[in-house]
Amino acid sequence: MKIDSLFQPLEASSSVVDFEFDGQTLQAPDGANLAAALLAAGVVTFRYTPVSGAPRAAFCMMGACFDCLVDIEGVHRQACMCQVHAGMVVRQIKPESDDE
Amino acid sequence: MSKTDYDMVIIGAGPAGMAAAAQAAELGLHVLLLDEQSQPGGQIYRDVDRVPDSRVGILGQDYLEGRQLTTQLQYDNLQYIRGAAVWQVDLHGKVAYTVNGKGRRVAGARILLASGALERPMPIPGWTLPGVMTAGAAQILLKQSGLIADRAVLAGSGPLLYLLASQMVRAGKPPLALVETQTVGDAIKSASHLWGALQGWSYMAKGLSMLREIQAAKVPRFRGATALTCQGQDQVQRFQFEHGGKTHVLETNAVFLHHGVVPNIQASQSLRLKHQFDDLQQSFKPVTDHWGATDAEQIYVAGDGSGIGGAAVASLSGRLAALKIAHDLERLDDDWLAQLSAPIKAQKRRELNARPFIDKAYPPYKKALLPDDPTIICRCEEVTAGDVRRYASLGCLGPNQTKAFGRVGMGPCQGRYCGLTASQILADANGLPMQETGYYRIRPPLKPITMGELATVEPEQDELSPLEHS
Repeated sequence: MKIDSLFQPLEASSSVVDFEFDGQTLQAPDGANLAAALLAAGVVTFRYTPVSGAPRAAFCMMGACFDCLVDIEGVHRQACMCQVHAGMVVRQIKPESDDE
Repeated sequence: MSKTDYDMVIIGAGPAGMAAAAQAAELGLHVLLLDEQSQPGGQIYRDVDRVPDSRVGILGQDYLEGRQLTTQLQYDNLQYIRGAAVWQVDLHGKVAYTVNGKGRRVAGARILLASGALERPMPIPGWTLPGVMTAGAAQILLKQSGLIADRAVLAGSGPLLYLLASQMVRAGKPPLALVETQTVGDAIKSASHLWGALQGWSYMAKGLSMLREIQAAKVPRFRGATALTCQGQDQVQRFQFEHGGKTHVLETNAVFLHHGVVPNIQASQSLRLKHQFDDLQQSFKPVTDHWGATDAEQIYVAGDGSGIGGAAVASLSGRLAALKIAHDLERLDDDWLAQLSAPIKAQKRRELNARPFIDKAYPPYKKALLPDDPTIICRCEEVTAGDVRRYASLGCLGPNQTKAFGRVGMGPCQGRYCGLTASQILADANGLPMQETGYYRIRPPLKPITMGELATVEPEQDELSPLEHS
């Protein structure tokens, strides 16, 4: 699902931490907005919908639309409302794993 | 009245909430300011305290104005809690929120709702594809994270598109195209408001200067575009539209949509406050007086959440609400209230001068107000415009009934991005006015909370009273 990121950073970050998305190790500045970090890393699909299995990603970036939901240690959270920390384990939400 | 923890609890640390907090604290009120983000500023001044100097030139001076508000939050009698997601407000001044995974409840003598605006939903074919975002989201990525998309298409109408385009130009990543839905006819209709707009000249001057930057960078502009669609399989790959009698297809992986912003009425609707439909701004807003007072004695609303006016109007309306609340609580007498509020009211009137011109010149994209049948309007439950029309044909009159028909508005966003569209489609199909059609009945929790978070809330003797149902 990864491509060269569409989103380019304006400035290089001085210190980054490792975190995990769906088994892949990604890097982002410590405390970075998780949705932004995923987009910057070239992640295209954050989750698949429970209704039709359609792919979705961040849409509003302000905690209103819930399209950026990801699984963080078993809880579905809005990626745009979370901060990256070292060792964080994030998973894509897939229809079969959805229990909402 | 039950025991209160604060004189005033403010929800939202954008321009309205921050200005209200500072004004109230200055008058000696005991204030709690709750905000969901990690930094004060709201969306317009998102992360303004942390932005590196290198980004300032791209974002512009107006953005930095936000620091005048964020630096005013230092008072001993003002407590500011960041990362606080409010999930319930009641008519007696009780507020429940979650911070760091812990549930909390507080009571205020007065509550000020300052939860700002949301992007007007813009349901066009393919708007749910990854890579399609709001223009507001693009701005947030730029302000907070310093990220900018390559070869993006900006589509819709309104000054925010020009601001974003000019910032992208300054960052060296001009958009691929600006596809605008407003028409020459809209420009003619707006002309009668030009005099007012000229009195708010600084807005006009800024708009023209942004347009010059966009033009100098040779960004193609298509005005009066129709039939906008985002296409692709697993992500957006093409943006298609009609312009000048021709079909245009642009190859892109990023589309930023915008056709105005609307009041965020989740909290005010959950309180069953009186709301009215504003025909010019094509949105619902709570009914308030010029202080921001509502039909509930303890509840005030300020800023874009009470009608779209922009950041400057929001901070002025926040200060007016704070003054009136201080007066309610007998910390300010009639004379002082009149004296302190007069210059703020005059300035607010001046700031609002340009608004009718902007509203008329950049109306919402019609096809996104009443989309074609196959277009998804409820992103969460994937309900189409045609589904809602079918519910109407089966006798469904109001948006709450549609929930039972097809779960529209019942997903995690709780109608934030389909509420207006669902009401609009029903009103149109049933030949009823928007006011009569109404809006979703919003219920707490306003934000999802885990059972674990709920379990951390301390029980109280006088429990949160159930919301009155009208």
